[in-house]
Amino acid sequence: MMMTDRQRELLKHRIRAALAWVIACLMFFPILWMILTSFKTELQAIAVPPLFFFEPTIENYVLIEERTDYLRYAWNSVVTSFGGTLLGMLIAIPSAYAMAFNPSRRTKDILLWMLSTKMLPAVGVMMPIYLICQKLGLLDTRVALIVIYALINLPVIMLILFNYFRDIPKEILEASQIDGTSTFNEIVQIVLPLAWGGIASTALLSIVLLWNEAFWSIVLTSADAGTLVALVASFSSPEGLFWAKLSAVSTLACAPIIVFGWVTQKQLVQGLTFGAVK
Amino acid sequence: MNRLYRATLGVALCAAGAGSALAGELTIATVNNGHMVEMQKLSTKFEAANPDISLNWVILEEGVLRSRVTTDITTKGGQFDVMTIGMYEAPIWGARGWLEPLDFGADYDVNDVLPAMRGGLSHDGTLYAAPFYGESSMIMYRKDLVDAAGMSIDDNPTWDHIRDVAASLHDPGNEVYGICLRGKPGWGDNIAFITTMANSFGAQWFNEDWTPALDSEAWNKAVNFYVDLLTTYGPPGSEGNSFNEILALINAGKCGMWIDATIAASFVTDPGQSMVADKMAFAQAPYAVTKKGANWPWAWALAVPAGTKQAEDAKSFIEWATSKSYIELVASVNGWGNVPTGTRQSTYDNPMFQEAATFDEAELKAILSANPNDSTLNPSPYVGVQFAAIPEFQAIGIAVGQQMTAALAGDITVEDALKNAQDAADREMRKAGYY
Amino acid sequence: MNRVQSRLLQAPSVTLLLMWMVIPLGLTLYFSTIRYNLLYPDRTGFIGWSNYEFFYTDPAFWPAVVNTLLMVSGILTLTVVLGLAIAILIDQPFVGRGIVRVMLISPFFIMPTVNALVWKNMFMNPIYGLFASISAGLGFEPINWLSDWPLLSIVMMISWQWTPFAVLIFITSLQSQDQEQKEAALLDGAGFFSQLFNLTLPHLARPIAIVILIQLIFHLVIFAEILVTTGGGPGYQSTNLTYLIYSQALLGFDVGVASAGGVFAIILANIVAILLVRFIGKTLTVA
Repeated sequence: MMMTDRQRELLKHRIRAALAWVIACLMFFPILWMILTSFKTELQAIAVPPLFFFEPTIENYVLIEERTDYLRYAWNSVVTSFGGTLLGMLIAIPSAYAMAFNPSRRTKDILLWMLSTKMLPAVGVMMPIYLICQKLGLLDTRVALIVIYALINLPVIMLILFNYFRDIPKEILEASQIDGTSTFNEIVQIVLPLAWGGIASTALLSIVLLWNEAFWSIVLTSADAGTLVALVASFSSPEGLFWAKLSAVSTLACAPIIVFGWVTQKQLVQGLTFGAVK
Repeated sequence: MNRLYRATLGVALCAAGAGSALAGELTIATVNNGHMVEMQKLSTKFEAANPDISLNWVILEEGVLRSRVTTDITTKGGQFDVMTIGMYEAPIWGARGWLEPLDFGADYDVNDVLPAMRGGLSHDGTLYAAPFYGESSMIMYRKDLVDAAGMSIDDNPTWDHIRDVAASLHDPGNEVYGICLRGKPGWGDNIAFITTMANSFGAQWFNEDWTPALDSEAWNKAVNFYVDLLTTYGPPGSEGNSFNEILALINAGKCGMWIDATIAASFVTDPGQSMVADKMAFAQAPYAVTKKGANWPWAWALAVPAGTKQAEDAKSFIEWATSKSYIELVASVNGWGNVPTGTRQSTYDNPMFQEAATFDEAELKAILSANPNDSTLNPSPYVGVQFAAIPEFQAIGIAVGQQMTAALAGDITVEDALKNAQDAADREMRKAGYY
Repeated sequence: MNRVQSRLLQAPSVTLLLMWMVIPLGLTLYFSTIRYNLLYPDRTGFIGWSNYEFFYTDPAFWPAVVNTLLMVSGILTLTVVLGLAIAILIDQPFVGRGIVRVMLISPFFIMPTVNALVWKNMFMNPIYGLFASISAGLGFEPINWLSDWPLLSIVMMISWQWTPFAVLIFITSLQSQDQEQKEAALLDGAGFFSQLFNLTLPHLARPIAIVILIQLIFHLVIFAEILVTTGGGPGYQSTNLTYLIYSQALLGFDVGVASAGGVFAIILANIVAILLVRFIGKTLTVA
């Protein structure tokens, strides 16, 4: 039987949808597997072949609850990732704005130079930073993490904001400049509302990146300022099985940011347009 | 705009302000091993007995702990009052004056602490770290499989015999592998094991003049034996296996034999995590030409960094956590089968412990026979069994460990691997100015 | 806005990053020329190039440089190609697109160390890993991922995590593509591929450039995944520059050599950045 064009289109559409679902399930599977493992005993976690059906236990979660102060770690993660993002945005917005609307020959070089500062491996500069924090009494404080987070994410924020601002029509701005608005007002009253989508998306992205930052949070914190990344790291043991427990603590550590990501994904998707705003 | 900046920054900084350390608050750095978890739980008893001391726990991943503690102590960071260190660090740091000497009251009965532990944690006769639990290495095997194959393993097996047993147990079709050994690169991973094996083949890390001795015939034989044994009768993926990976395999019933830390005995015999809990038996680590250095001693020990303001409080905590009465406390809560072992003669003398543990004899024998001061067939200039207690060893160990893994994976020959290893060790020693 | 104002606005970010660069980098440069080993506090003094020489003559140095570049290019290729394919696939509405999108971007929110542990133990282990079970079920010999294909395995893990980032940015940009233009092309009889190369890819040029640049700075310094999975081996097969600095210098607490390694890494990073700018930088600033 011949298919009409319509039928063919429909079939194509269905295949595409099915394919998308399959890929999405594959991509999500490792996370699902981690969550499943967190409800297993250590013995079940190493079973061969792997168990898909088993009697779930919450013993791993009970253990975490008993042993650690999850909320304190979570709060530290929130404070440092949001704080670092806020500080970074405060520094980046005016700069990116100036670069986008008043570019010079060196703008591109400056941007790339900024990006290159992030390419220095953290292990290479660990000692200087550690010594500086120690001298300033900032070891194991959230302040140190916030400042470092703002700095390490600044280049990325700058790059995205710069590209976003560039798409704002210059005419709108020039119109307002004639009115004699001050630069500060220009940013607050015109740029911020116009670029709100991009700024929000950039901030969200920055929060996600900082939440998972795994070098400085481990090197610079101990008792007071430990983040969830440090909590997860503390659950691995050189002598003793820990996969089920680690899965549980990882699930707890990733849960807030995943939920946060899901809730904000519409916003995240709307703002990250590059060269596409007409 | 300036004002806006300052205001927001101020808010951010205030929100981030952290409490500073209080007097009487001890910060303890440790790892997430079972016995440490128990110590953390029971420490409320210590706090109850010492109301003016409160404890602050920092649990770190082992590698992170090592580098954090080293950085803290060498830069006088003062972040920790009590730190968990091993037998490698204690003598080196003690010699540099970075640790407080430990001396306890008569109640502590320091002579009850096993000599191998005391010796390995001291420098020039001064104790710098108190052992919290100790271990050696030994062979753990599936008695049911060995019996079924018509074989036996005596208390002091040779490597040749172990090879024969591995051959008869090896049944990859049913996913049972003759022998599982460490292969993941690292000075505390594959190198710890391979060094004990090489020792028993008559090899050593350094000659008397501190030149590396990896080019010796003994090393060649040992590593060839190791690579051949593990590639023929070992599981796939050995290159990524260290303690935990193999523990998972053996608990799932996939390995016939395993030579590793004695602490593993308490895990593989625990029905809560092992499917073969009632089928395991133990013997001393195999030897080839000498029994010297065929098994390692190791201790997870507690030490006080020099420069802490609360040395006395820190010492009294360590005294509590490594005392006889702490061991009794654990026994009263969790039973004698779960006490930290490997530290005190009195534990092994206790009939209740002897009854509860199935591995106590083999473990004690292994620990007593390991001597860090005499671990090689021919005289060597260094202290240590599975490592040489010099600061350069970590870097050398990881470089050599990578070569061993490459040989195991079949990427290069054993001869090339040892040649590269010798060059790497030579570079480090030259840089450090040994010759 | 005049020139002065513009400079003033840029001042905070430039100054701060300059400080961030000058203080640690300055200290790093300084440390790289002196004898500075934490374990030998009594040994000090200027030693010129010897730290560099020591780092450069390490037999792992060139493999590490090559691995760094291989890893970065492998991850970039995989994530961009997969990201594009997935983004185009879910560009049109279908049942449950919202949920699919959520599932697709989720891996991006997972911590790198967790990612590595999950993949190493639960998927790639040749005995109890899921991949091994699947290939055993199909009658194949299980692949020994981390031993036989260490670099590829790490590239796969990281691509799993970063493909969602590419998807995220590409779907956003696709949504703004001119639908009329697309339909017109369709009416003209343009096939899928001609549409892709003539319309979609040019439209996505800048998003692609940005995805590449951002990922580049993260992937040049991959560390946690290597430490957790292969320890840089077997041999030097999965050792990159960052890991080399860690393993060879930091484990020995030789700050001098570690600093020299850091300087090498930044030089390499800048070479890559300059090359990239040649190729894709144009799309960044057409101002």
